[in-house]
Amino acid sequence: MAEAEESRAGGVFAGLSDVSISEDIPVEGEITVPVGSHSPDEDYSTLDEPVKDTIMRDLKAVGKKFVHVMYPKKSSALLRDWDLWGPLVLCVSLALMLQGGSADSKEDGGPQFAEVFVIIWFGAVVITLNSKLLGGTISFFQSLCVLGYCVLPLTVAMLVCRLVLLASSGTVSFIVRLVVVMAMFGWSTLASTAFLADSQPPNRKALVVYPIFLFYFIISWMILTFTPQ
Amino acid sequence: MAGAEWGGFEDNLQGGGSAVIDMENMDDTSGSSFEDMGEMHQRMKEEEEEDVDAEAAAVDEEDGEFLGMKGFKGQLGRQVADQMWQAGKRQASKAFSLYANIDILRPYFDVEPIQVRNRLLESMIPMKMINFPQKIAGELYGPLMLVFTLVAILLHGMKTSDTIIREGTLMGTAIGTCFGYWLGVSSFIYFLAYLCNAQITMVQMLSLLGYGLFGHCITLFVTYNIHFHSLFYIFWLVIGGLSTLRMVAVLVSRTVGHTQRLILCGTLAALHMLFLLYLHFAYHKVVEGILDTLEGPNVPPFQRVARDIPVVASAVLNTTAKAIALTL
Repeated sequence: MAEAEESRAGGVFAGLSDVSISEDIPVEGEITVPVGSHSPDEDYSTLDEPVKDTIMRDLKAVGKKFVHVMYPKKSSALLRDWDLWGPLVLCVSLALMLQGGSADSKEDGGPQFAEVFVIIWFGAVVITLNSKLLGGTISFFQSLCVLGYCVLPLTVAMLVCRLVLLASSGTVSFIVRLVVVMAMFGWSTLASTAFLADSQPPNRKALVVYPIFLFYFIISWMILTFTPQ
Repeated sequence: MAGAEWGGFEDNLQGGGSAVIDMENMDDTSGSSFEDMGEMHQRMKEEEEEDVDAEAAAVDEEDGEFLGMKGFKGQLGRQVADQMWQAGKRQASKAFSLYANIDILRPYFDVEPIQVRNRLLESMIPMKMINFPQKIAGELYGPLMLVFTLVAILLHGMKTSDTIIREGTLMGTAIGTCFGYWLGVSSFIYFLAYLCNAQITMVQMLSLLGYGLFGHCITLFVTYNIHFHSLFYIFWLVIGGLSTLRMVAVLVSRTVGHTQRLILCGTLAALHMLFLLYLHFAYHKVVEGILDTLEGPNVPPFQRVARDIPVVASAVLNTTAKAIALTL
């Protein structure tokens, strides 16, 4: 756009102004170089950059997606460049926090790390398959990405629950935990629905939302019933 | 609708040795690049044959050993390339048929929310018309969601209390129980239906039994929140009975002969009602058993530790002595 204004204002291209375009018809549009032609060069040149740059770029992308989840607007950033780093980090931290119990007690204080991991990923795969079978236009990994990132509110709820349990473990703490978990559960479901429901035919949104609801319900149940040893 | 029509599609996918022919006969255009490769392959084969003929003809005239080596190398190179191409094609067709397996399931998920809601409500209403085969919708979305809902309800029933809940072991048993019931009993009843000459396909049986779990979901959801045994029995009879009657009526309408009808419907009714009983009572007991063994210090009233024999023996002796003294 800036270039168009410059060329109209004067300089080298002033002579062309009287060819066809009159002054009162606004010329609109973007004169930008398409991004696609840059990417092979970029990929090639990222081999030489310091590791810190690569890691910071990935971390920034993950952080930006976290922000998108916490304030779910209808943006397509989460879908456009999906990555599975964020879901992996969230899943691992949630599973570690749900581990509870000390290793030397003869029973475990909660679900094993592997169980939480498997449940989250298996549940996400089932929901993705379901949405694809219902005629969704979103790809497999995009859907996994969205579902994984929307576990973020529940991870925050888990942190809060652990802190509350450190303080006390009576009825009051249970009520506080219940309210927090339910609020975060609603947030997760709304966030993932905002991203995923658009890719479905309009009259089948309810069919896709329901398994997401169940999935986050089971994760919330695991968080709520967690008591450390 | 579902079963027979898709059988033909499946036949096309059973790629045997002649992968080239299968790919070219497929309707999907995603195989188009493979068609090009197939033509290249044909051309390569023809060239190879020509080369072999030319070399065989030339061998007699010129220095056989030198040309034989060259020909052999050329042929070896071609063979290696050929094998790599075949292996790659096999991999690709395997991957394609794996992806196509999802597409095979696609028509079973082609439902609208209104249809799902109607089928849920209809699963509680037995139809009296048993002289004409009743229609069963062959969809899998509703039953699958109902099984998952049942899993969620079972987990939710283990409420938080003062005892520490080990939900790790409960999760696996809940999923295993619900899916095992749905798939196992469906297969078993399908097998019985095959023996009794009933007209029902596997998908229809899965769908029928899946929707029959709706009654179970309602009953368990209510009775896990309101703990009255008499309420549970009423729900068991009424709601469980209604959904069982619906399934039985559908099966009766599709079976001929009194004995066959009796066998099939008796088995299904028994299994369905007993499963609800099991979920309410024995599942609780299984869970309580797990909880009891895991709670060390809180000794429940029913002791699961070995009692001291002398204490028991002396108690028994005392009571028998008292009884004998009373009678004398």
